[in-house]
Amino acid sequence: MNTARNVNGREHRSGGQATIHFTVNGRNRAVTVPPMKRLLDVLREDLHLTGTKEGCGEGECGSCSVRMNGELVNSCLVPVLQAEGAKILTVEGLAVGKHLHPLQEAFLNQGGAQCGICTPGMLMAAEQLLAQNPHPTMAEIREALAGNLCRCTGFMRIFESVVAAAAAESATQAKAPHLEKTHHAR
Amino acid sequence: MEKCLTTRIVGASVPRKEGADKLLGRACYVDDMEREGMWFGATVRSAIPRGIIRSIAFDRHIDWSEFTVVTARDIPGENHIHLIMTDQPCLADGKVNHCEEPILLLAHPDKHKLRKAVAAVHIEYELLPPVFSIEESERQDVIVWGADNLLKSYLLEKGDVDSAFSRAAHLVEGEYRTGPQEHLYIENQGIIAEYSAERGVTVWGSLQCPYYVFKSLRAVFDLPEEKVRVIQTETGGAFGGKEDFPSNVACHAALLAMKCGHPVKVVYDRIEDLAATTKRHPSRTRHRTALDKEGKLLAMEIDLATDGGAYATLSSTVLSRATLHASGPYLCPNVRIRSRSWATNNVPYGAFRGFGAPQAVFAMERHMDEIAAVLNMDPVELRRRNFLHEGDTNATEQLMREPVILDQLLDRALTESDYSARRRRFAQENSGSTIKRGMGISAFYHGSGFTGAGEVYLNSLAGVDVTHDGHVRVLVSNTEFGQGTNTILTQIAAEALGIEYSDAAMAAPDTGTVPNSGPTVASRTGMVVGRLIERAGLQLLALLREHAGLGASHTRDEFFAACARYRAAHGELVSLCRYEAPPDVHWDDEKYHGEAYGAYAWAVQVAQVAVDTVTYSAEVEEFWTVQEVGRVLHPILAAGQIEGGVAQGIGYALYEKVVMQDGRMANNQMTNYIMPTAEDVPPIHVYFEQIPFRYGGFGAKGIGELPHDGPAPAILNAIRDAIGIGFNSIPLLPEDLYAGLVSNQPAEEPVLP
Repeated sequence: MNTARNVNGREHRSGGQATIHFTVNGRNRAVTVPPMKRLLDVLREDLHLTGTKEGCGEGECGSCSVRMNGELVNSCLVPVLQAEGAKILTVEGLAVGKHLHPLQEAFLNQGGAQCGICTPGMLMAAEQLLAQNPHPTMAEIREALAGNLCRCTGFMRIFESVVAAAAAESATQAKAPHLEKTHHAR
Repeated sequence: MEKCLTTRIVGASVPRKEGADKLLGRACYVDDMEREGMWFGATVRSAIPRGIIRSIAFDRHIDWSEFTVVTARDIPGENHIHLIMTDQPCLADGKVNHCEEPILLLAHPDKHKLRKAVAAVHIEYELLPPVFSIEESERQDVIVWGADNLLKSYLLEKGDVDSAFSRAAHLVEGEYRTGPQEHLYIENQGIIAEYSAERGVTVWGSLQCPYYVFKSLRAVFDLPEEKVRVIQTETGGAFGGKEDFPSNVACHAALLAMKCGHPVKVVYDRIEDLAATTKRHPSRTRHRTALDKEGKLLAMEIDLATDGGAYATLSSTVLSRATLHASGPYLCPNVRIRSRSWATNNVPYGAFRGFGAPQAVFAMERHMDEIAAVLNMDPVELRRRNFLHEGDTNATEQLMREPVILDQLLDRALTESDYSARRRRFAQENSGSTIKRGMGISAFYHGSGFTGAGEVYLNSLAGVDVTHDGHVRVLVSNTEFGQGTNTILTQIAAEALGIEYSDAAMAAPDTGTVPNSGPTVASRTGMVVGRLIERAGLQLLALLREHAGLGASHTRDEFFAACARYRAAHGELVSLCRYEAPPDVHWDDEKYHGEAYGAYAWAVQVAQVAVDTVTYSAEVEEFWTVQEVGRVLHPILAAGQIEGGVAQGIGYALYEKVVMQDGRMANNQMTNYIMPTAEDVPPIHVYFEQIPFRYGGFGAKGIGELPHDGPAPAILNAIRDAIGIGFNSIPLLPEDLYAGLVSNQPAEEPVLP
């Protein structure tokens, strides 16, 4: 395993701790923590971003999904040292001010969230999909969400939500493409 | 038929009440909460299924002075988890009866120090012989519970079964088995507890039934009502798994909090949650059925057994519901059902969506297809000839007073699924293909609310109040855990009061605030509690009309103006209603005779399944479910309930296997306990027929459990249709299909319509 020394030069070590710098939801953050601390725990405990959930702790359920440098990761499997310099997006970074993100709006209207515990991770997986593929087929939606378990919905309404969000996003894009661009730039 | 459907808010798909919080990541689940000075708790559990605890030693490499240690001796009140019986200890005292039984509790300010500490508690046991199966338990060679291992038994008799068998044209027997099923709520069990001598015990947690936890805490701490407070936090799925189990976690966290003097959080990780918490009861059901030459049911003899695990928990009531659903939605003049729940040294089984009905319905509906094969009859036609209708009586001789539209549900299911044409097409295509497709059906009902006199006994109290700042609050102890309680109850309140949906909110689910409106179980929230809220709303309007000058019809503003006048003159504005049983409801709990349930929800489901004869996998390709659940209060939430239940039912049939080894779950990880994913769940087509039920909240009957009852038999019936082999046991994994395909001659040819 890597130690803090292997990570690029900016952090320093003190008592088994390392200072990690990264961007979370557009904000520069620095945390001094054990370098092998899970990104999930850093988000929840050190940054108090508790929207990201733990379901299994072994990368099976996807509840802890966040976007890191444009990739979808299970934050329970990422030692925070790997996040040095990274751009991270969590569920707290989706909405802009008072306005729900189109995915959040769609999940609300289509019944895509029931108990809500898988929802933050599910939203991140859906956001990842739409960022890369704005007009996914149903098969692509199913594949993109296959790493995120939902025990409540049977997934039907989650699929509908993603379809609705894709439609809404492309409608928005047609009207005001610059807004959409800033949105994904985070 | 669709009467009284003119409502503004009920029946509309308004936004989920707490939806925005969940979508923004703001909803506060127990693990998102912290309390000042909070410590963390962990549980030391039994490593063996049954034995005497000989010694407990603490490893010297750990500085135990940093830890708080709790044993049974620290319990100030009674050492049991309050439920139907008092056999389950809060902490084992001298002996253990199942693996993972809690023996000792640890707390520390640093949660990362707990794992090592748990492993550093060394317990020596004297092993006693364990019992792991229904068969071992019923042999009674080893007695592990009570005098005879029997947790509960029922005998239900209608007509004269024995003489009916002597006149039968056909006699069909079968044995059906179901395995344990894990709830797999994505949020694990968790509780935060605080204790002070002055205020007693306060707990926050992920739970379904605040008053169950309340009663358990009172017993364990020997405290009066005013010194126990239970607050539900946002709950990330439950499905029955947070009906009774959270009482254990709450008592443990509170004992630690009392002893260490700090708030204590106990949150299980997935491995502990899967190993130590309840699952669906495994079952074995034997059917012996007499029919006349037209295929009409003459007599049914049913012997049903469940494995209850090491303690009684809810096994008696699960068995009751299994018994009452065992003979299906069919008219049969002679019925005898014997049912027994047996104690073993498995982890206690508990409540899970359907509560015994999925086990019983699996057996009945698989058996119907085996009967059809023996009679050389289309399974659809066999069901149609035997359906209950309005005016008939079921096995408990409950008169079907409300409309029963099984024929209509069946017709719609057949039409929507294009059942007959697909079956014919598959029969042709299958012969030339390694993929064999088939269509399967299930028909069933599910009783809404508590069984028999259960709702009378619960004596639920619920209502609404209007706060000084002009907000209407729904006062119930019923909880939201995804199914939509917050939304439907505020819809009902707003509708009844003639105000807007946004004017009504839920009071916090806090036993210090809300009355006991009963547990959130048994598909009772919409029907029973919803009706209480509807009545409380109408009662509040009557109060305002009499004492605050509210007109016979009113606007929203007039309503709140009247509320302000009432409050100015009289103070608090509260309207509570207590449960009243519908008239003419009689239940004999000794003979299991009479009105078993206030109402039944009905469904017909159809599965299209493809069996790959090369890989031995079975895949559900499409699923149709048609149901009558009374009034649909919220179309999107209702469809979501059905789809989610069907997905769990598909998992129950084809994916979810709890591998038990010597009383311990061997596959207690999400890596190897497999539930259906987004790629496994087929398109699920949901159709409602609505017949408002006069005693339900704006016409609602139960909905939540119904959809889980039918998928497993429909899927296995479809497999029988596809490959001609009737499998009688679930879960049916590829290795089971392989075993069946290589060893079985195909059963009787499936009959085409």
